[in-house]
Amino acid sequence: MNAGIPLVYFLVTATLMFFVGVYGFMTRKNMITILMSVELMLNAVNINFLAFNRFLFPGQLEGHFFALFIIAVAAAEAAVAIAIIINIYRHFHNIDVEQADEMKY
Amino acid sequence: MSNFSYTVLIPLIPVFVFLFIGLLGHKMKPIVSGIIGTVGLGISAVLSYITAYSYFFNTEKIDGAFQKILAFNTVWLQFTDKLHVDMGVLLDPISVMMLIVVTTVSFMVHIYSLGYMKGEKGFARFYAFLSLFSFSMLGLVLATNIFQMYIFWELVGVSSFLLIGFYYEKPSAVSASKKAFIVTRFADLGFLIGILILSFNTGTFDFISLTTVNGAAMATGGGIAFLGLSTMTWSLIFVFMGGAGKSAMFPLHIWLPDAMEGPTPVSALIHAATMVVAGVYLVARLFPVYALSAPDGLTVVAYVGSFSSLFAAVIACTQMDIKRVLAYSTMSQIGYMMVGLGVSGYGGHDGLGFMASMFHLFTHAMFKALLFLGAGAIIHAVHSNVMNEMGGLRKYLPITHITFLIACLTIAGIPFLSAFFSKDEILSAAFHHNKLIFFVQLFVAGLTAFYMFRLYFRVFWNKEPHYHHTPHEAPLTMTIPLIFLAIASIFTGYIPFSQLVTSDGMAFEAHIEWMNVAIPSIVVGLIGIGVAFVMYKKESELPDRMASGLKLIYVGAFNKFYFDEIYLFVTKKIIFNYISRPVAWFDRHIVDGFMNSIAWITNYVSFKIRGFQSGQVQQYAFVFVSGAILLGVIFIYLFSN
Repeated sequence: MNAGIPLVYFLVTATLMFFVGVYGFMTRKNMITILMSVELMLNAVNINFLAFNRFLFPGQLEGHFFALFIIAVAAAEAAVAIAIIINIYRHFHNIDVEQADEMKY
Repeated sequence: MSNFSYTVLIPLIPVFVFLFIGLLGHKMKPIVSGIIGTVGLGISAVLSYITAYSYFFNTEKIDGAFQKILAFNTVWLQFTDKLHVDMGVLLDPISVMMLIVVTTVSFMVHIYSLGYMKGEKGFARFYAFLSLFSFSMLGLVLATNIFQMYIFWELVGVSSFLLIGFYYEKPSAVSASKKAFIVTRFADLGFLIGILILSFNTGTFDFISLTTVNGAAMATGGGIAFLGLSTMTWSLIFVFMGGAGKSAMFPLHIWLPDAMEGPTPVSALIHAATMVVAGVYLVARLFPVYALSAPDGLTVVAYVGSFSSLFAAVIACTQMDIKRVLAYSTMSQIGYMMVGLGVSGYGGHDGLGFMASMFHLFTHAMFKALLFLGAGAIIHAVHSNVMNEMGGLRKYLPITHITFLIACLTIAGIPFLSAFFSKDEILSAAFHHNKLIFFVQLFVAGLTAFYMFRLYFRVFWNKEPHYHHTPHEAPLTMTIPLIFLAIASIFTGYIPFSQLVTSDGMAFEAHIEWMNVAIPSIVVGLIGIGVAFVMYKKESELPDRMASGLKLIYVGAFNKFYFDEIYLFVTKKIIFNYISRPVAWFDRHIVDGFMNSIAWITNYVSFKIRGFQSGQVQQYAFVFVSGAILLGVIFIYLFSN
């Protein structure tokens, strides 16, 4: 238990991944890339779950299950998101997020 | 005591006729609606005669006085236990007398209009309005309380408005009807204020308790004085203002001459015989209150009446439109009635003026309706109102001529015709009360004879103008009312009014005072007729020479002493410019401006901030993340220590 990588390493890695995702979400114009950024954030969260589970409650499995759930939900969400993106592409003939601004004032 | 509950039908029949003709009139032949209206009113008239007969002759008197009978009463609007407005039927000598006047004249006018209005557009509408008017007037006459009277008072105002504006395609008729309505409405404001002060003081609307001699209502008469007159006096002066407006007393008289734009039968009914005497009736109705607790109010009534009668008589001498002459004559005669009330005392022989005033009201209704209906027949024959286009009509209109002559002789006060008796009673009441008023009224009697015979000679004698077609006598439906009213004008003078209609309900003996009053008045009347005979029997230079001799008075009177112009000046130049315009400016700029600026600010701000809704998803995400981080920082700061 005392051997191995300390918890803070995991947390730093996950935080970096998460903010890379946030940065990508806010700056990239391509919707696919934005979707990928969202996946990055989700995976950062997964790492957190697993790390905390391992270090705080080593005998239990809740963290693992949450991570599995998130992976499943992310897969479903990706499917929906890609379907939406395809529809947007059919409508605008590109997938630039700044072009899809019809829902304004 | 006989049962009078059927009297409630007298006003109700005309209102049903009004609804019936008003709703279905366009579906029937015009003549049918006319006949329905006439028959309805005929029934009302018969009921009124029955009422009058059984009231005056078959009802027990108590202590020799006619009693006030509450034939019907119902609470109409209940506000609180004490404050309620009733509707009902009150019978007493003056209301019963007015029933006779209203239904008789109205019935005659209904018959007459069958001929006069024949073929007019809106024949059914005319009859509907006539019925509405009859209903309102009867309701006014029979009112049990002052508030019911006020309601019907407004209703007669509306019907008068509708009937003056009957020819609504004519701009002059429209403006005349508006003028009549607005002027009388203005006067009614005074009436309403008077009612409020009066009933606030006395705690009742009811006529019977108001006029009970030495009753609770009169005991409260004193109170705070303002300008030396008690509250009661002020309230009665305000009430009289309403009466003066309806009765066209100076200075609220300006609407009456213009009201002649209405059809002639309407002028006969409303603006000669019934509605315009409502003011007299109002004062008579409250007479015990006036006489016993506000004698100063009666003085006002007397002077206003006297001045109006002189003023109107002078103007009547110069007018060229025959209906306007008659309108001013009506105003002058109503002035007489007001004088009669004003110089009267209460009770017994002191109440001579009251009796005379009611007597004159009665006889005046007959002969003035006759004059108007005669004028209608003349207008019907020559299609003009203006005297210059008439002359020598006695050959063409024999019946109209004779009846008109009778009416002229009556109004001139020729002995043994009805107005001789009634006018002389007023003059003798004035003689014993106020010599100044007596001499004014005597002079007015002469003027009356002069202007009526000026009219008579101009129309029936004088030079014949060129007629487009030969004037012809009116049809039977028009001449029968003329003949009936002529008979009434001759014989109503023999009704013993002093036995029937008196201030306190007691009979007394009235005598003609030959030396002091009757002979001077006959002489003055004959002089008036004589002058008119000389000036207008044949075409002559005399009237023109007279006019240029008395140029100042003549021009003034011809232009009605510029009263219309004064009113226009006051309203248009002063009230509109110095009150209405600033108020309108305030409304438009301050009140509306405040509201508009609130709307403008909202609009401006929302226009400025709408950029937040940019449609850029990433911008929203940025704001969201910033907010989340900010919250995180705040929570860390708050809970870390």
